[in-house]
Amino acid sequence: MSAVPDVNHVESAGSADSPDSRDAAGGGGSIQRGPVGRLVSAVGSGVVQLFLVIVAIFWLVPSFGLLIASFRPESDNSTSGWWTALTKPAQLTLENYQNLLQNGAITHSFLNTVYITVPATLLVIILASLAAYAFAWLDFPGRDWLFILVVGLLVVPIQVALIPVAQLYGTLGIFGTRLSVILFHVAFGLPFAVFLLRNFFAGIPRDLLEAARMDGASEWTIFRKVILPLGLPAIASLGIFQFLWVWNDLLIALVFASSDAAPLTVALQSQVRQFGANIDLLSSGAFLSLIVPLIVFFSFQRYFVQGVMAGSVK
Amino acid sequence: MAEVRLDGVGKVYADGTRAVTDLNLAIAEGEFLVLVGPSGCGKTTALRMVAGLEEISEGTVTIGDRVVNRVPSRDRDVAMVFQSYALYPHLSVRDNIAFGLQLRKMPKDEINRRVQRAADILGLTDHLDRKPRNLSGGQRQRVAMGRAIVREPQAFLMDEPLSNLDAKLRVQMRAEIARLQRDLGVTTIYVTHDQTEAMTLGDRVAVMSKGILQQVDHPQSLYDHPANLFVAGFIGSPAMNLMRGRLERDGGLALVLGDQRLEVPDTALRDHPGLEDHLGRDLAVGIRPEDMDDADLSDGSHNVLTSRAELVEAMGSDVMVHFTVDAPRVDPGDSDDTELEVEAAPGLVGGDGGRTIVIARCNPRTTAQVGEPVRIAVDTSRLHYFDPASGQAIGYRAPESTETDTRKEA
Repeated sequence: MSAVPDVNHVESAGSADSPDSRDAAGGGGSIQRGPVGRLVSAVGSGVVQLFLVIVAIFWLVPSFGLLIASFRPESDNSTSGWWTALTKPAQLTLENYQNLLQNGAITHSFLNTVYITVPATLLVIILASLAAYAFAWLDFPGRDWLFILVVGLLVVPIQVALIPVAQLYGTLGIFGTRLSVILFHVAFGLPFAVFLLRNFFAGIPRDLLEAARMDGASEWTIFRKVILPLGLPAIASLGIFQFLWVWNDLLIALVFASSDAAPLTVALQSQVRQFGANIDLLSSGAFLSLIVPLIVFFSFQRYFVQGVMAGSVK
Repeated sequence: MAEVRLDGVGKVYADGTRAVTDLNLAIAEGEFLVLVGPSGCGKTTALRMVAGLEEISEGTVTIGDRVVNRVPSRDRDVAMVFQSYALYPHLSVRDNIAFGLQLRKMPKDEINRRVQRAADILGLTDHLDRKPRNLSGGQRQRVAMGRAIVREPQAFLMDEPLSNLDAKLRVQMRAEIARLQRDLGVTTIYVTHDQTEAMTLGDRVAVMSKGILQQVDHPQSLYDHPANLFVAGFIGSPAMNLMRGRLERDGGLALVLGDQRLEVPDTALRDHPGLEDHLGRDLAVGIRPEDMDDADLSDGSHNVLTSRAELVEAMGSDVMVHFTVDAPRVDPGDSDDTELEVEAAPGLVGGDGGRTIVIARCNPRTTAQVGEPVRIAVDTSRLHYFDPASGQAIGYRAPESTETDTRKEA
């Protein structure tokens, strides 16, 4: 449920940036044109910018409404729409967040989310990058068949695995624990992760690996000192994706996590009432759930730098 | 520094393709050996086998007194300069150069000392903290050299290190590599397809074709005494003119090329033992463009080919005059190259109807005009004779020892 405002927010942040860059590009291109051409291109880029702003606002409104609602007392939320806060800002309060943070069930489930998401992300990155290096650069018998198998696993839907895995967990005696949720996420995150990283690693010039080999590097050193730093853009994107998936997951947690191990998504879902009475808890909870992925996204997105490879060969 | 030996080395790929056949080479300590040949001749494969980047299918490779067939690259103690430079893009120039030393856990101050020295030699001192992407092509090439130098390895292996540079920079870096190698005295194997690089850099040059070593010798000897048709056609620019002719004794010796006759001095029989057996029979004759000139400008030579100029190329210092001779062309077996030529000038090359396009390097004062008759004097004491069946040079003697220190005088 927090997935919707979350994605919206990220998207709108992206499109809010683009008018600036458009403007810069348009200004650079119009230098050689005459006054009429400049007017046309100015009007044209104005229209484009206006359009983008409207789209951005359109996208932002639901999240924005939820944000405002999370700052309004329950009494106001049940009697008037969130937009009244725009004219009467006095009704805004931090009370909902104070209540939320004092709610033991919510804070416990928030910590559960962290305890599940961080290992599930790190494990996938570590295992997938090692496997991807082997698939991309090491010769071993059956390599191609194994990789085809990994790609094939991409199409297995989660739903068909729920019951058999639940039975397996029952036999192992880990059903209902955080570990069971983590393992499921890792297992279903790996095929895509291996596929993504393998294809990226395979694009690293062979000469670089050979140069490292000549310089005296073992396979492990090549992986650590050449492949990992160069694969950082792919690893960062994988990390962000996997983090978001696990953080926002409801289905897997709902099936496998007992109430003690339940993450925030499950805790919030259990608060949903038929007549939407506790919007104060849900809206602030959703934003609590949203803020961490945003921090993760913005702190890793700088690794999406284009042209990291430039200057290595040729 | 060490001697590098290849004994009966061969390479067969998994799909059955044979890249190198029975390669025997001994590169003396401190020697600069250039492997040259057209693309696909196996020279890079040979180098990569020495480097350990390619498995050795047959024979042995020895570095120093250690057979390295089963030794991984990282333990062979050789440094390689790649055609693409292969610099680590995420590391600064300093760290790129120091990478191999850091892996060997060398003390910090020793690393710094060596990096500094290499940077001084290569003029990279001001760029040590930059990333490779901020360097020009020439500078990147130098960093790649630096990375090899600091290792102070047993041998340098260079795989077409200059082919990504523009022409001017290439000449400049060529001189620098020659100077560096001489100063450092490290055994070097250098792979190139550029015969100018091969001739100018190598103490000795090994010519390869289709995975087979054709000839190894000093650059000048390769030019003066090519062992076979391939080497004759490959070394020298423009290439040696090769055509079918007959040597006859008619009072003195005479070379018959179609309907033209050239007098040949009797010393030819002494210089080319075995040539006598070919008298009166067809053989392949090679004439270097440099051994011909405009007859009107040379002093009274009567060994003259007459024809019509088909193309006149003014190079400034020389004028290349193309003309036809009524003798069938001989293919040097350098199929790659000739195909290229045919594509470039379909009307000119090729021996259709038993005619050969001959190129003469003439004095720039020549008055030859396209379409006009020309008289070209030939220095018949410098002709090359090849057995048309085997393609081997008649009377060729391989140098007695290829393992002595053959360093050029500076």
